Amino acid sequence: MATPLVASSTSTIPSSTATTGQIKVEFSGGLELLFANQRSVTLPLPLPTTTSTSTLATPPTVGDLVTYLVNTAMVDPRKELFVVDGAVRPGILVLINEADWELEGEEEYQLCDGDTVLFVSTLHGG
Amino acid sequence: MSPPTSTAAPSSAPTTPQPTSTRLCAHCKLSRPKIQRAKTRDRLCVPCFLHIFELEIHQTITSTNLFQRGDHIAIGASGGKDSTVLAAVLKTLNDRYDYGIKFTLLSIDEGIKGYRDDSLETVKRNAVQYEMPLVIVSYRELYGWTMDEVVQQIGKKGNCTVCGVFRRQALDRGAERLGVSHVVTGHNADDMAETVLMNLLRGDLPRLHRCTAILTASSSSPVRRSKPLKYAYEKEIVLYAHHRKLDYFSTECLYSPEAFRGSARALIKSLERVRPSAILDVVRSGESFVAMVPPEISGVAPSQPNTTATPVVLPPPPPPQQADDDPNAHCGGESGGEMAAFEKQLRENEEATHRETEVKLPQIRKKQKMKQTLMNCRKCGYMSSQELCKACVILEDLNKHRAKLGVQVELDEVEEEAKEGVRRKMEALELRKSVETDTGTDAKE
Repeated sequence: MATPLVASSTSTIPSSTATTGQIKVEFSGGLELLFANQRSVTLPLPLPTTTSTSTLATPPTVGDLVTYLVNTAMVDPRKELFVVDGAVRPGILVLINEADWELEGEEEYQLCDGDTVLFVSTLHGG
Repeated sequence: MSPPTSTAAPSSAPTTPQPTSTRLCAHCKLSRPKIQRAKTRDRLCVPCFLHIFELEIHQTITSTNLFQRGDHIAIGASGGKDSTVLAAVLKTLNDRYDYGIKFTLLSIDEGIKGYRDDSLETVKRNAVQYEMPLVIVSYRELYGWTMDEVVQQIGKKGNCTVCGVFRRQALDRGAERLGVSHVVTGHNADDMAETVLMNLLRGDLPRLHRCTAILTASSSSPVRRSKPLKYAYEKEIVLYAHHRKLDYFSTECLYSPEAFRGSARALIKSLERVRPSAILDVVRSGESFVAMVPPEISGVAPSQPNTTATPVVLPPPPPPQQADDDPNAHCGGESGGEMAAFEKQLRENEEATHRETEVKLPQIRKKQKMKQTLMNCRKCGYMSSQELCKACVILEDLNKHRAKLGVQVELDEVEEEAKEGVRRKMEALELRKSVETDTGTDAKE
């Protein structure tokens, strides 16, 4: 919601500190089954993207991370269980450093070194 | 059901601009918020969230007089998030507010390898963590069949119906074994909303208007069921489990669930994305239907000894005493007569079901239906409105074909025949279903 104070329109300076480092990505609530039973993976920043969607000029966002996960990291062919119409499937919660991603700007959140992003499914049995 | 303190920051601090109110927990105004509530959009820190989540369930329990001191209550425990959170919260509340309730975990082992056997391990750990005794009742011991064997025989299609019939009776049997007459289950607001939608889409008015009741009792079962989490969002249940680091199991049943429920579920979740309050709104709508259903459908129980109202067909606006019972009951009714109201409602519901059946099945002996009497199943002794209870009807057919299938050679024809037989029986049961008073929410687990 609240965009970071960085004026994104004039971010010509690729702040190298913000875009390098590593993040932790966690899966739970059954989502780990879609990612070869891994509950946690560490990814470098910038993301090892195969597609050229994100440029080096801006730090990768959670949206970029989702794209990376679904295109590259996800081994299970049932992509629709993770992403529907280009967005994280309704019913999957995303926590950025333990906070609801709704409080952090959702897909727009810019990843920093040391961040933890957790994807939890609420869709599995009761 | 709104949280106790949701008022905006007092105007006493005009010097501080918005940041303080948006960057700090809406409740304690001290810590950084981590959770955005779906119901209210309030932003809360973790401790305040946990506390308010528990408090709301406490309010649901007390406002409906759900429990009485000294009760022994079974918690239907699957090891999944809902029942794990239910057990954790009930344990917390029982200690904090001194309910004086004895809780026991009651689990059903359907016999599904790679699913239930693993989740039961979670329940066993929960029993230790929450210091509650655990009783496991298995389909194998009760019926001589595991769900794996059932699916092997009848295929995946329709296996949920078999499982649902078996589970319902198994919970009752387990409760009986424990000597308890009340089982709480982890059905949450999302489940309720799904069920409301499904009943609406099926045009099932009798079930639509009873599916949101927090407590359901039935003449065909000696055990009452209730849903203390009926106003809790699935999202918040998962967040509660996460932030309290609860130990729960999260693998989907291997045998695919009903497609219809799946669609209702996806719809609810999509609605939630656009309008988070939608889930609770649908539940509330379901509750409001109770008030709107005309007496011809909702029924005014003629068999009830104390009712002054005889089954006179009344015009749509319900009689005053009925209006007092439920319309705005929501979750917030305070009066002690609420339980009586529920029970009355339930009796009325049953009445409605009979009538609904008549409409659907004009062929079926009306008089017999009207005078539905309870008996014990000829085979197993379980309470039933028919000579054979549903589980025994299914079992009879399963067993008939088991002999033929004893040798696991390819016997396609026999197998097909067996499947067909069971399916036909299940279709018949579907018809009977509306006669008996199951809430239609059981299938969710």
